[in-house]
Amino acid sequence: MAARGSDSEDDLVTYGTGLEPLEEGERPKKPLPIQDQTVRDEKGRYKRFHGAFSGGFSAGYFNTVGSKEGWTPSTFISSRQNRAEKAVLGPEDFMDEEDLSEFGIAPKAIVTTDDFASKTKDRIREKARQLAAAAAPIPGATVLDDLIAPAKLSIGFELLRKMGWKEGQGVGPRVKRKPRRQKPVPGVKIYGCALPPNGSEGSEEDDDDYLPDNVTFAPKDITPVDFTPKDNVHGLAYRGLDPQKALFGISGEHFNLFSDVSEGTSNLLGSIRPNKGRRLGISGQAFGVGALEEEDDDIYATEALSKYDTILKDEEPGDGLYGWTAPKQYKSRTGSEKDTQYVGKILDGFSLASKPLSSKEIYPPPELPKDYRPVHYFRPVVTATSENSHLCQALSESTGKILSDMSKQSRYQLNASKRGEMLGETPIQDSTTSILEFLSQKDKERINEMKRATEIKAAEIKGKALVPKAWNSRFQPDSPDDSPYTQQMVLSGDVTAGRSSDFRPFAKDPEKQKRYEKYLGNIKKGQKDALESCLDPRMTEWERGRERDEFVRAAVLYRPSSSSLSSRFTHAKQEDDTDQVEVPRDQENDVNDKLSAVKMKMFGKLTRDKFEWHPEKLLCKRFNIPDPYPASTIVGLPKVKHDKYSVFNFLTIAEPTTLTTTQVSNERAQQNHSRNKPRKPSRWDIPDQEQKKEDCISEFLSMARSKAEIQKQQLRPLVNNAEGSAVESSSAKVENESVDQKNEEDSRPSMDLFKAIFASSSDEKSSSSEEDESENEDNQADPGGSDPASPKPSDLVETSSDIQVSALVVNEPVPPVTLQKMQLDEREEFGPRLPPVFCPNARQKHEPVPQSSFLEGHPKEKPKKSKEKRKTKKDHKHKKEKKRKHKKHKQKGKQKNKKTEKSSSSESVDSSDSQSDSEVKDISPQELLRRYGILLYSADIEMEPAGRMDSRP
Amino acid sequence: MAFPEPRPTKPELPRKSVRSLPCRQGAVRAVRFNVDGRYCLTCGSDKSLCLWSPLRGTLLRTYGGHGAEVLDAAGSFDNSRLCSGGSDRAVLFWDVASGQILRKFRGHAAKVNCVQFNEEATVIVSGSIDSSVRCWDCRSRRPDPVQILDEAKDGISSIKLSDHEILAGSVDGRSRRYDLRMGELYADYVGSPITCVCFSKDGQCTLISSLDSSLRLLDKDTGELLGEYTGHKNHKYKLDCCLSERDTHVVSASEDGNVYFWDLVEGTLALTLPVSRGVVQSLAFHPTEPCLLTASEGSVHCWREESFVAEDELPA
Repeated sequence: MAARGSDSEDDLVTYGTGLEPLEEGERPKKPLPIQDQTVRDEKGRYKRFHGAFSGGFSAGYFNTVGSKEGWTPSTFISSRQNRAEKAVLGPEDFMDEEDLSEFGIAPKAIVTTDDFASKTKDRIREKARQLAAAAAPIPGATVLDDLIAPAKLSIGFELLRKMGWKEGQGVGPRVKRKPRRQKPVPGVKIYGCALPPNGSEGSEEDDDDYLPDNVTFAPKDITPVDFTPKDNVHGLAYRGLDPQKALFGISGEHFNLFSDVSEGTSNLLGSIRPNKGRRLGISGQAFGVGALEEEDDDIYATEALSKYDTILKDEEPGDGLYGWTAPKQYKSRTGSEKDTQYVGKILDGFSLASKPLSSKEIYPPPELPKDYRPVHYFRPVVTATSENSHLCQALSESTGKILSDMSKQSRYQLNASKRGEMLGETPIQDSTTSILEFLSQKDKERINEMKRATEIKAAEIKGKALVPKAWNSRFQPDSPDDSPYTQQMVLSGDVTAGRSSDFRPFAKDPEKQKRYEKYLGNIKKGQKDALESCLDPRMTEWERGRERDEFVRAAVLYRPSSSSLSSRFTHAKQEDDTDQVEVPRDQENDVNDKLSAVKMKMFGKLTRDKFEWHPEKLLCKRFNIPDPYPASTIVGLPKVKHDKYSVFNFLTIAEPTTLTTTQVSNERAQQNHSRNKPRKPSRWDIPDQEQKKEDCISEFLSMARSKAEIQKQQLRPLVNNAEGSAVESSSAKVENESVDQKNEEDSRPSMDLFKAIFASSSDEKSSSSEEDESENEDNQADPGGSDPASPKPSDLVETSSDIQVSALVVNEPVPPVTLQKMQLDEREEFGPRLPPVFCPNARQKHEPVPQSSFLEGHPKEKPKKSKEKRKTKKDHKHKKEKKRKHKKHKQKGKQKNKKTEKSSSSESVDSSDSQSDSEVKDISPQELLRRYGILLYSADIEMEPAGRMDSRP
Repeated sequence: MAFPEPRPTKPELPRKSVRSLPCRQGAVRAVRFNVDGRYCLTCGSDKSLCLWSPLRGTLLRTYGGHGAEVLDAAGSFDNSRLCSGGSDRAVLFWDVASGQILRKFRGHAAKVNCVQFNEEATVIVSGSIDSSVRCWDCRSRRPDPVQILDEAKDGISSIKLSDHEILAGSVDGRSRRYDLRMGELYADYVGSPITCVCFSKDGQCTLISSLDSSLRLLDKDTGELLGEYTGHKNHKYKLDCCLSERDTHVVSASEDGNVYFWDLVEGTLALTLPVSRGVVQSLAFHPTEPCLLTASEGSVHCWREESFVAEDELPA
């Protein structure tokens, strides 16, 4: 605003009232302090606002009865000056002035009351009313007003009057004079005021004795006076604690005093009747009263007649106990017949039980034998296995006596099946399972040996034949010693391992058992319709339902025990034998079949594999799809055992390198695939594509071609071996180019060439060249011996130093094409590659940004492995990259052009825009050489190598 | 009373180049339409990801944050989020409006070839050259993938998602379809490294292009071959293929600089569209209109049918 200046003043919008301009010399007014900002009423008294919830404005002097000087009662008058004049205080003396005003609670102004207000006084209004009635839509509506006049008397009075009641009389039927009532027994206490139901004799008595029979009198309108002296120490109006009220919150008015006395007993604590539909809980004052607080009066309590005692004498409890706590006196009304049958004495306050008590039988304690010693020695329980058989032996020896005794008695040696046998039950046929059956033959023999040894020993030492017998009986493999426990064990074994020998709850019905096993298997797999799918569809609905129940029950019954047992064991982390490593079900081994199917274009079942696959639960949730296997814990493909992925896997595969044909190596490569972990990136396309595209003839051709090229290569110096040399002989370069182009013209011979030559050695290397040195040694040995296109032995010398180099060195004598390819593949990744970068736009617009960014991006693209590789042979790389560039020239005419512009060379125009791939091939060696020279100075600009996707060995 | 259905008009193929996007991103690795086809994304090899309005040819925004070239990108159903994957092995989750990286998913061992959102953009599914498909949760802050699908034996080159399926084409010559609803995995072997997979619009077929220069249309349920399309050249590179907006034609890029259109039913070559001298790397077909985006050699062209007239004809 200030920046705007004065010209924007008219735009200003002002809010509120401005302060008055100060006069000169005047000091600005002090703002009123907060304590002075008060609200006062018309008399200048403070009206202090409390807030809506604390009562509005304050009363009195800061909510006190005092004044500024303190609390001075208004009755105080100094006795010096004038004596107190007013002694009697009316209510008005305690009221505020506002209360006496027109709208206060006691207005002082004189108003005509309704009683004296004449109805016809307001004639004008009456007239208006009549007019309005005539004009009203409903004529005569005012009739209703006339009819309905405000009642001056309550309806109760009116009713009583109609019934003949007169003022001054009591309420009730007319009575004859009765003989005077007896005073209540002094022992009977009446608490509260009791209205006599029929009349008002009580204390008022007539003096006349004679009364005619036919004369009745209205009851007297009196309030009864209780003359009962208070002779206890309770407070006035004391009532004993009402248990219902105290415990259940039932208000006391429901305490039915008028009910039958015998029923009254049931009102005591013993028989609260909650079935009457009363709400239990807190009632009356909210949330009760604290222990330290005094209970307020129940201002909402309604007076009810039922609250009062109405009976004075007879039926009152006369036991002299006060309050409810005394049980009502036993009244022999309802249970009279029972009482008569009861011969014994009934105490006061008790009644006969309706149900007789079931008497407890008491048995005498057993008599102890004479030689009983009240001390018990626990013997350790040792389950006999082959390991602790010695311990068992020792134990059995120590307890030999007892054991023999026991075996004599043979009671403790019995198990369920033996007992069943003794009882004549037919043993279960199927369950022949015992632990010993799971032992291998060797172990069995060992146990038998052990057994025999113990037998002998025992026989020798103790001379008691019974001990080994007992032993025997425990470990006899063929004895029907199949306690449920072993069965459980078996079950657990089957659940975890899926063995065939398992607990068979439906062994009698093999079909059913089969279905049950299927069901278990389904459950394990987590299928939703595990139950439904395994039931026999031929069965009736009812049978199926029953079987369903049975299966579920059986599965539930035997799961916990098995799991508890299996929790003692852990799964083996690895398979014991590597030979049985399960190949993932995505079978690679029949890839040849599939390939042939693809060749015959027989897509469908032959090329399709279907697997059960378990998605992660969260993934299902995110995809808004119900989990297909809600109970399963598997994620991914089930039953795919991840094989051990180790160096040795590769070693074993790479060892047989004598095979030379590509077919064989292909097959091996596929085996490689199948054994490798799926995660490992591997050669992916060579075998397939080659098999598809090339026949053996073409391979032979390529082999022959490669041989020819090798010979050619051998003529020229091995430029590629020169390490660290930045400049190479130009002739070699030219030759490289020409060879390269030649290869380009052939559709794709270089790959086959490479394959043909290095099938055996380099094929495996692609997958494992990083890891193992031993393989390299293999390779070193191989090329000399078995490779048809054997490299020169002299090259092998280099390999000893560096592992990584060795792989290349093997390839050194190859035509440079393959060498280049290899180098390309170092930085190339697996899979179809991306096309090389052309930047026509960048060139036209002279925008070097993409190029520079390529430089940055370049090293990052390489996968780790190739990086490692590169590290080991940096020198090679330098050179090779240059070569690679050569290879790219065809596709990079534009980039090159740019470079040439930069380097201010003039003659690259012809190769710039009009160049197509085919044209590039016709470039003369000189041209290429020139380009190479240019490129020497440029950095590595290549985004993507243009090598073949499948050229990775 | 039903009106007779209008005679189905012969589908028009995009033949006319109406616009070329001045990308200047280096090589454009992928061009992708957004969900309704109004915008497109270009993935540059200069680590940038650009959002364009392809018909107007205007650059809307550039998203920078990748450490290496961007290889694939996708937009969410509500256009509010992007995901992209690149050679830096990271999968990035972007906010469109602010251009900020919401999440950076790391876990792939090699460069990420392809990324896709699921229908509700709650999961990013990425396929990498490390032969794994990873499902990343966009909702939580979980750094590791929800699930890793590592059944492939070789690099994943292409991924497509339907509402309950994940279709992954791998270089091992198999396209794997993970059916979440059924809890099953279907692997179809085509014998040659797969470069691109597509669902047809009706969800009944899968289109698979492979490095043996052929495209195959397979029945999704049985895996049977419904059609084979050859004539283009695809031996080396990872090229895209797609189906036209009404599933009438099969479109594929080629290494000879053309884009090939085949009639889907007859299998005959309907059109060869010369796009550039270099390799046509990426394709994107408009979801509803005959509009094609091609990416080749760092430039992106927008192709429309002959009868198409832009609102403002400007020299491209």
